[in-house]
Amino acid sequence: MMNLYEYTASELHEKLVNKEVSATEIAKSTIDRINATEEKVGSFVTITEELAMQNAKLVDEKIANGEEISKLAGIPIAVKDNICTNGIKTTCSSKMLMNFVPQYSATVYERVLKSGMTVVGKVNMDEFAMGSSCENSAVKVTHNPRNIDYVPGGSSGGSASSVAAGQATLSLGSDTGGSIRQPAAFTGVIGLKPTYGSVSRYGLVAFASSLDQIGPMGRSVTDVANLYTTICGADKLDATTSRREYPDFATLLNADVKGLRIGLPKEFFGEGVDAQIKESVMTAIKELEKKGATLVDVSLPSTDYALSAYYILSSAEASSNLARFDGVKYGFRAENYDGLNDMYEKTRSEGFGDEVKRRIMLGSFVLSSGFYDAHYNKAKLLQQKISAEYTEAFKLCDVLATPTTPTTAFKISDKVSDPMKMYAGDICTVTVNIAGLPALSIPCGNVNGLPVGMQLIGAKFSEQTLLNTAFAYENIMGTVSTVANL
Amino acid sequence: MKYVTVIGLEVHAELNTKTKIYCGCKNEFGSEVNTNCCPICLGMPGTLPTLNESVVDYAVKMGYALNCKINRVTKMDRKNYYYPDLPKAYQISQSDIPLCENGYLDAMIDEQGNTKRIGVTRIHIEEDAGKLIHADGYDGKSLVDFNRAGVPLIEIVSEPDMRSANEAKAYLEGIRAILQYLNISDCKMQEGSIRCDVNVSVHPEGSDKFGTRCEMKNVNGFTNVVAAIEYESKRQIDILENGGTINQETRRWDAVKGESVLLRTKEDAQDYRYFPEPDMLTIVVDEERLAQLKDEVPELPNHKLKRFMTEYALPFYDSSLYIENIDKADFFEEVAKFKKCQSKNISNWILGDISRILNETNKTVADMSLTAKKLSNMIELIENKTISNTAAKTVLEEIIFSDREPQDVVKEKGLAQISDTSALEAIVLEVLANNQKVVADFKGGKSNAMGFLVGQCMKASKGQGNPAVMKDILVKQLENM
Repeated sequence: MMNLYEYTASELHEKLVNKEVSATEIAKSTIDRINATEEKVGSFVTITEELAMQNAKLVDEKIANGEEISKLAGIPIAVKDNICTNGIKTTCSSKMLMNFVPQYSATVYERVLKSGMTVVGKVNMDEFAMGSSCENSAVKVTHNPRNIDYVPGGSSGGSASSVAAGQATLSLGSDTGGSIRQPAAFTGVIGLKPTYGSVSRYGLVAFASSLDQIGPMGRSVTDVANLYTTICGADKLDATTSRREYPDFATLLNADVKGLRIGLPKEFFGEGVDAQIKESVMTAIKELEKKGATLVDVSLPSTDYALSAYYILSSAEASSNLARFDGVKYGFRAENYDGLNDMYEKTRSEGFGDEVKRRIMLGSFVLSSGFYDAHYNKAKLLQQKISAEYTEAFKLCDVLATPTTPTTAFKISDKVSDPMKMYAGDICTVTVNIAGLPALSIPCGNVNGLPVGMQLIGAKFSEQTLLNTAFAYENIMGTVSTVANL
Repeated sequence: MKYVTVIGLEVHAELNTKTKIYCGCKNEFGSEVNTNCCPICLGMPGTLPTLNESVVDYAVKMGYALNCKINRVTKMDRKNYYYPDLPKAYQISQSDIPLCENGYLDAMIDEQGNTKRIGVTRIHIEEDAGKLIHADGYDGKSLVDFNRAGVPLIEIVSEPDMRSANEAKAYLEGIRAILQYLNISDCKMQEGSIRCDVNVSVHPEGSDKFGTRCEMKNVNGFTNVVAAIEYESKRQIDILENGGTINQETRRWDAVKGESVLLRTKEDAQDYRYFPEPDMLTIVVDEERLAQLKDEVPELPNHKLKRFMTEYALPFYDSSLYIENIDKADFFEEVAKFKKCQSKNISNWILGDISRILNETNKTVADMSLTAKKLSNMIELIENKTISNTAAKTVLEEIIFSDREPQDVVKEKGLAQISDTSALEAIVLEVLANNQKVVADFKGGKSNAMGFLVGQCMKASKGQGNPAVMKDILVKQLENM
């Protein structure tokens, strides 16, 4: 018999509505699973058992009173630790915020609570979302549930590992250059990076404001669609959110891909990408072709320069966004210092990890007078060019299909000393953020027992097309993601 | 050698919007420390700014009042620097595209109403920082009050067009008057709602090349601006006279010692690493809104001053008092509108006794029950000699805070002036009869006895006798004696 933590959210919802199980039982099953596996996986910074049981109790009361419950009521969710949760520690996996308890909540968290979800905890990440392995965490190293010697990816490593391990049915991650999609690919779950401006960033501790976007992760396309429906939409606290209306994405899911034009950008199938990954992704694409989709060759020539542009833009914004961690008002402050400037210097030297410091230095440099035009402005121009190339590509196709990552998950500590190698792994994902597009990663097979992700990229606000395409593939495969054996 | 002093000013004015620029906190001076704050203006992690649209409106109005070009499409930028009163460690300001640019102010430089045109380079919007408090009893530590963090500011940057401390003062007074006319700033110097950075350079007369400038930060109050300019210009001239050169520096004006002190040299100049604020959208002001804002700009002080001097033939002194007090100016114009009495008489009453009573009672024009019509009636009674000036003072006291009519007060208190010759003649004869010794003195050549006799006649008439008529009769009677 299946354990409750193994079911998808839509299956659990049916069981709740049919009164086969209670939300409390679901919460208990999930908390038990966390307790049984956490030592191996290490997904959590904070486990919120008490809150989870409270959330579940409220849902059970509603059901008992005959009230209608939302599709995600009583569903266990893990929240990345850079999303502010009123009264619950929000550390960004940094020494800087190790004891920081916000007195306000991110808009997405408010929406999650309002829908009645069961919050099981805050999950690990690369410090301030900078990294691709979850190793840049001041809290702990998170392991890939598919093979615990391997990294879960990052920066939303805990969001991915918790879902893959059955420690949560759904999770929230954030994606600045691939931080939802890459760990989704590494751990064999589905992750959606929404269109920039479709999900409020209020309460998300900023890494690169113009690129950051919160998104859902789960083990079924329907679940991901439901969580996306819950969190998206205009927010008066975030001026960059779009005022458009959004549908209920899950009810509109449609597996018919007849006539769907799938673009294959040749730059994403180049030398840097592992041959077996290319093969897995192509196999998946062929399955969709068999169902009536047509394949189109397209080109995104500026992809080669994207990493440079990405690291300039994101680091520039990060250098400014992280300046507020100065030891004055909250968070870490160095113990011994001599005067104000020394306090700043020691606090920031001791409070930030190496990767964060590297990016702050890079960002400060590219914004400094005399270097701004050669770096920041050039990167901005490249951003326009990349966006224009995507616009051209979407004249020829409805959706792009690519590998999510050039390799499968790597071994823990393999790349930690070589940042350039680590950055190179972002090649398939960063242009999506640079152009503000939506993209989704869905598992499409294994290489040497490690999951492979197929990335679907769409035009702005084409989440429904991405979800439909993924849904079609999921229908072909039966299921794409199950809870890992641990 | 003679030197020319060149002055440019950066004026920071706090806007009096109801709420702060990027959050919903109250914009209010004098609240208990750290009570007008929220996670947003405290720069807590994850919070985001949203623009208060009225800040744009206020700044655009100032732009129109200073004859600027308005940049309909603009943006906010981040100015990065560390200071404990700056919660985000960056100020959201504007760098390369200010909301308003290329304007000017015609500053009134003398009492004849002559003006000098001072260029306004730009006006941009930004947020204020919090306030550091260095108080005793905290073990040498400083405290921060964030009530001011996020209060909206406009920064008005002038061209280096001023050549003396007086011109700078005239420019500042002009800016302040406009801020008040637009009702966009409280302009309270002691509360720091207007602060000034002063740029000064000197060069030999005849040379067309400006000298190296020094900037003095945060000079508070017009008196300090004047003192700072005079001190700094003298300091620079002394250096040049002694064969030295001026270094580009940022200096601090020490108001207590009356001198400027070096803060940092050009080499230590901060690099603010400006870049576009990614948390906020491009600001687009539509044409319709611009037109409406332009419409809402009232008559400006300089124009009004000139108009009062020509239209009402008022002296500069009266006119300048009116531009500083819009309520009194409006009241004056309302009274003048009836065209029943002389403008100067109206002005004398408003700036004289009415202002005195308002001062004494700590009230304003708005608190008066006195209508323009009633004041006009009262002055008319003086001008047609129904009542004396002295009697009118009594009338004013009675009507200023009541709904009584001046005529009724005159009647009730018997204040009407007696101009009836026969009635006055009787009084004169009686006084002469009672003061025969004084009359004899007068006849004997003591001319000052005349004044005494007039006084006695006025007293006998209980102040109601028309003094001019009374004196005529007295002179005639004395001649006849």
